[in-house]
Amino acid sequence: MMEWIAALVPALLTEHAPAVLVVAPLLLAAVAALMPEGRSAWAIALVGTLVSAVLSIVVAVDVQTGGVVSYALGGWEPPVGIEFRADALNAALLLLVSGLGLLSVVYALPSVADEIEPHKRALFYSAFLVCFSGLLGVAITGDAFNMFVFLEISSISTYVLVGMGAGQDRRALTAAYNYLILGTIGATFFVIGVGFLYMATGTLNMADIATRLPDLSGSRVVQAAFAFIIVGLGLKAAMFPLHLWLPNAYAFAPNFVTIFLASTATKVAFYTLIRFLFDVFYPDAAFVQASFVWVFAVLGVIGMIAASVQAVFQSDARRLLAFSSVAQVGYMMLGLGMGSAAGISAGLLHLMNHAMMKGALFMALGGFAIRFGVRRISDLNGLGRTMPATAVAFTIAALSLVGLPATIGFWSKWYLGIAALEQGWWWALAAIIISSILAFFYAGRLLLAVWIAKSPEHHGVPARARSPMMMIVPLWILAAANIWFFFDPEPLLALARAAADAAITGAGQ
Amino acid sequence: MVELIAERFNFIVVIILMMTGLYAVVATGNLVKRLVGLSLFQTSVFLLYITLSNVAGGLPPILPADAGYGGEGGHGGDAAHGGDAAYGEAAAQGTDVIYSNPLPHVLILTAIVVGVATLAVGLALVVRIRETYGTIEDEAINRADYAIDSEEKSS
Amino acid sequence: MTPELSLGLALAIPAFAGVLISLLGRFPNIREAVTLVASVLLAANVAYLVSVTGARPELNILDMGGGLSLRFELEPLGALFAAVAAGLWIVNSLYSIGYMRGNGEKNQTRFYVCFTIAILSAMGIALSANLLTMFLFYEALTLSTYPLVAHKGDAKARRGAAIYLSILLGTSIGLLLPAIITVQYLAGSTDFTLGGILGSEVSPLVSSILLIMFAFGIGKAALMPVHPWLPNAMVAPTPVSALLHAVAVVKAGVFSVLKVVTYIFGPALVQQLWAADALAWIAAISIVLASLIALTKDNLKARLAFSTVSQLSYVTLGAMLATPLALMGAALQIVMHAWGKITLFMCAGAIYTATKKTEISQMRGLGRLMPWTFGAFAVGAFSIIGLPPFGGTWPKLFLMLGAIDTGQAILIAALIISSILNVAYLLPIPGRGFYEKPAEETLPKKTPMLVVLPPVITAAGATALFFLIEPIRAFLAPVFDAGVPTP
Repeated sequence: MMEWIAALVPALLTEHAPAVLVVAPLLLAAVAALMPEGRSAWAIALVGTLVSAVLSIVVAVDVQTGGVVSYALGGWEPPVGIEFRADALNAALLLLVSGLGLLSVVYALPSVADEIEPHKRALFYSAFLVCFSGLLGVAITGDAFNMFVFLEISSISTYVLVGMGAGQDRRALTAAYNYLILGTIGATFFVIGVGFLYMATGTLNMADIATRLPDLSGSRVVQAAFAFIIVGLGLKAAMFPLHLWLPNAYAFAPNFVTIFLASTATKVAFYTLIRFLFDVFYPDAAFVQASFVWVFAVLGVIGMIAASVQAVFQSDARRLLAFSSVAQVGYMMLGLGMGSAAGISAGLLHLMNHAMMKGALFMALGGFAIRFGVRRISDLNGLGRTMPATAVAFTIAALSLVGLPATIGFWSKWYLGIAALEQGWWWALAAIIISSILAFFYAGRLLLAVWIAKSPEHHGVPARARSPMMMIVPLWILAAANIWFFFDPEPLLALARAAADAAITGAGQ
Repeated sequence: MVELIAERFNFIVVIILMMTGLYAVVATGNLVKRLVGLSLFQTSVFLLYITLSNVAGGLPPILPADAGYGGEGGHGGDAAHGGDAAYGEAAAQGTDVIYSNPLPHVLILTAIVVGVATLAVGLALVVRIRETYGTIEDEAINRADYAIDSEEKSS
Repeated sequence: MTPELSLGLALAIPAFAGVLISLLGRFPNIREAVTLVASVLLAANVAYLVSVTGARPELNILDMGGGLSLRFELEPLGALFAAVAAGLWIVNSLYSIGYMRGNGEKNQTRFYVCFTIAILSAMGIALSANLLTMFLFYEALTLSTYPLVAHKGDAKARRGAAIYLSILLGTSIGLLLPAIITVQYLAGSTDFTLGGILGSEVSPLVSSILLIMFAFGIGKAALMPVHPWLPNAMVAPTPVSALLHAVAVVKAGVFSVLKVVTYIFGPALVQQLWAADALAWIAAISIVLASLIALTKDNLKARLAFSTVSQLSYVTLGAMLATPLALMGAALQIVMHAWGKITLFMCAGAIYTATKKTEISQMRGLGRLMPWTFGAFAVGAFSIIGLPPFGGTWPKLFLMLGAIDTGQAILIAALIISSILNVAYLLPIPGRGFYEKPAEETLPKKTPMLVVLPPVITAAGATALFFLIEPIRAFLAPVFDAGVPTP
C-alpha cells in the first residue's frame, strides 16, 4: 500500500521529498492567506496536507528500504549545512503528523465554518498550514538550531490558532496568552541549551554533536545544556508539572485546533525529547541515566495519577480530556524513563494510539458542539439518543482511553506493563493500573452523560441530529482504527519497534 | 575576584538580564509588562550567543578582497576549551588571520525574527484581551472569568 | 463438520443471530423464532463439541505478534461450561418470550441482541485457549450485560447498573489485567496448559499475590467483598437474572477462577501457596456470611442473589483446596448450581408475571394457586441444599471429601452450616406457599404457559443430573485426575 503510493510520485519530487514536505505547506500558507474566503483556503490546506502526507509516505518507504535518509538543504553538506535526516523514528512521526493533519483538515471545513468569523477563515487556514509545516520540520530536521526555529514556527502559529477560539469563548485569549508566555520560556530554555551544546562541541548538527559528546560527558556545560533542553522540551511536551498551559489551551481553542494539537503537537515535542536523550546526549552518561529514572519515570508516574485525578473532577468536557492528555503524556514519559528498547517502543506505541483515540474523542466532541454547542459534561446528556453515530464513535474512543480489550488502548497498557516488569518496576505497573481505573472513572462520567442521563427536553422528544458527513467520516476512520489495530497491532508495533531501535542505535552513529 | 568577574563580564550581564526578564514575567500582573520581561529574557540569550562567537584576538569575519577562503571559519568551538568561550581552532588553518565565528550572528538573526514574531503575536493578543475585558491586569481578568464560571454553574 | 469448524460455529451462531435479530426488530415473531433457532443450533453444536472434546481441537483466529493470539481450544472444563450455558439458553429463550411479552417490556430487540452477545461472550470465555482471549470476552460479557441490567431505565435500574459496571470493570482492570500482564511476563505466555505455566522459578510470594489478584480480579466470581454487583444486578428483568446472573455471567467468573487454578498455576502449585489457604477461608466466610444475609432478605430475587453469592464461593473454595476431589466438586457445582438456581429464578419470574409480587412475605398460600411453579421451586431448593436425589448433592459431597484430604475439617463445618442455612432461607418459601392460606382465591390473570414450563423442565433436569453423575465425572477426569497430587 505505502510502496504503491510512493511509486506514483514523480522521481524529481521523490528526490527532494524531505524538503518539499515541509516547504510545500509553508508556501501554500502564503497562498491561503491571500484567498478571499474560507472554502478556497480550505482547499489549499487540504492540498498542502495531502502533499505532505504523500511525501511522508515516500520518505517512510525510503527509510524502510534504505535506512537513514539524509537530505542536505541547498546542497550544503552536513555538518556545516542544515541537514534533514529521517530514520524510522522520524518516519513514524512524519506519518503520524501528516496523516492526522490530513484527517483533521477534512474534518475542519464544517467545524471552522461554524466557529470562525467568515473574514478570518482564510487566515485561519493559513496559520494552520504554518503550524503543520513547523511540526513536520521539527520531526525531520537534523539540526538543533533549526529545530528551535521550526518549534517556534509551529508554536507561534499555535498561539494564534488557540486565540481564534475567542469567537466562542473569550477565555481563549488568556489561554493563548499564557500558552505564549510559557511556550516562549520553554523555547528559550531550549535555545540556551543548544547554545551551551554549541559552546561545548562547536557544531549544531545533532548527529555531529552526538559523536563529540561521549568525550565530554563530564563537562558541566554539557550537563547544563541537558538540563535546559529537558526543561524546555518538557514544557512543550506538557510533561507534568510543566503542563499548566495545556488544559486551558485545549479547552478554549476552536475544536479543529484542539483535535490537531492533541493528536500531533505534544507528540512532536515528545519526539524531540527522545531524539535529544538518546541520539544527541550520550545515553550511558550518568546524568542522562539519572534523568531517566528520577525525572522521566517519576514525573511520568506522578503525572499519570495526578492529572487523571484532576480530570475526574472537571466539569468542562474538553478540559477533562485535556487533563487526560497530560496523564497520557505521563505514560509516554514512563516508557521513555525505562530507557530500554521495550519501554521506548511501548511509549511510542502509546504515542500513536493516543493520537488516534484523543483525535477521535475531540472530533466527536466537535461533532456534538456543532449541533448542540456542547462544552460542559452536562451538555452531553442524552446525546447517545440524539446523535447515535457520533456517540458510538465517541464511546469506542473513550473505551480505548480506558484500555479495554478490543481497542488499541489495551496494547498501550499491555506493552508498557510488560516493559515495566522487565525493568522490575512493579510500582510502575501499579501506577499504570491506578491511572487506568481513574481513566475508567472520567471516561465513565462522559459516557454516563452521553448514554444514561436524560436528554433535556427539546419540545418533547428530542429530534435526531447528525453532524455533517465530512465530520463523521474522519471521526469514524479514527474510531475504526482504534478497533482495527487491536486485532492487527503488528504494523503499529513494527513501526514503534523500528523507531525505538532507531532512537537507541542512532546514538553515536 | 575582580579578574574573575572581568573575565566573565559578558556572562554576568547575560545572567542578570536573564533573571530580570524571568522575574518580570513571573512577578507582574500586567500583561504588557510580562511581554517586556519575556523579550528581555530572550534578548539575554541573543547576547549569550554573540558572546560565544568571540574569538580572542579575532577579526570581524569579513574576507579581505585579496585573501582566499579562511578554512572552516564557521566551525569555531573547540571541545578542549569548552567551558569559557569558543576559540577558533580552524580559523588558523589555511591563513594566518583569525576570524571571529560568524555563525552565532546568523543564528541570532533568525532568533531575533522569532522573538519579534512572538512579541507581535503576544501584543496582538493583549490588544484583543483589552478589547474584550477592558483591562490588561491579570487579576481583573481572572475575576471577570470567574464571574462567567459561576454564572454557568448556577444556570 | 470438523471440530475446528464447530468451534468457530459456537461463536458464529450467536453472533449471526445477534445481527439477524437487530435487523428483524420490527417483526417480534420472527425475531423470537431466530432466538429459539439459534439457541437450538448452538446447543446442537455444543453437544457435538462435547463429543469431540477428547481430540482437543484448536482454532487460531489471528496472531497479534509477540506470541499473542486470539485462540480457542476445547478442553473438558470449557466444554462443560459451554454445554451448561448453551443448554439452558434454549429453556431460557422460551422463558424470555413468555416473560417479556407477559410483562409488556419495552426495548425487546435490544434485550435479545444483548442477550445473544452475552451468550457469545460466554462461549468465548468457555473456549478460550489463553488468558488474553478470555479477558477479551470477559470484558465483552460485562459490557454486553450492562444494557440488560439497566433495561428498565429508571433511576433504580441505572444506579444498580452503574454499581454493576463499576465493580466488574474496576476489578478486572485493577487486578485481573495486571495479573495477566504479570503472567505473560513471568511465563512468556498466557496459554492454558494442563499442569500450569508458572514454573518453580516464580517465588511463592509472587505466586500468592498473583493468585489473590486473580481471585478478586475475576469479580464475576463474586467472592466477598467484591460481591455487591450481584445483588445490584437484580434490577434486571428476571430472564437476565436467571440465565446471566445465575448461569452465564457468574459461572463465567468461577469457571475462570477454576481454569486459572487448573491451567495457569496448576493444582500442585496452588496446594503449596499460603494465599490459597487464605482464599479458601475467605470463600468459606463468604459462604456462611452470604447465607446469613440471604436469610434477612424479604425480596425474593435479593434472597436468591445472596444465595448465589454463597453458592459461587463453593467453587472458589474447591479451586483453592486444589485436590482432585475438591476440584471435581467445584466443577460439578458449576453444573448443578446452574440448573438449580435458574429454576428458582424462573419461578420467581413466574410469580412476578402472574401476581406482580416480589416480596416473600406476600407469597403465602400462592402455592395452591401455582402448584407447578412452587413444585419446581421446591425441587430447585432441594437441589441447592444438596439433598438426594437431586444434582446438588454431588458437589457438596466431593467438596467435603476434598476438604478432608487437606485436613481442614473446619471447612466442612462451613459447608454443613451453609446447607442448614440453605434450608432456612429456601424451604419456607414453598412451605408457606403450600401450607398457608392464600390472600386471594384466584390469580389476577392466567399465567403464560411459557413462564411455567421452563422452570419445570429445569427442575426435572436438576433431578436427572443426580443420576448422570458418572458420565460427567468421567468426562472431567482427564483434567483433575492426571497429575494432581493428593496431599
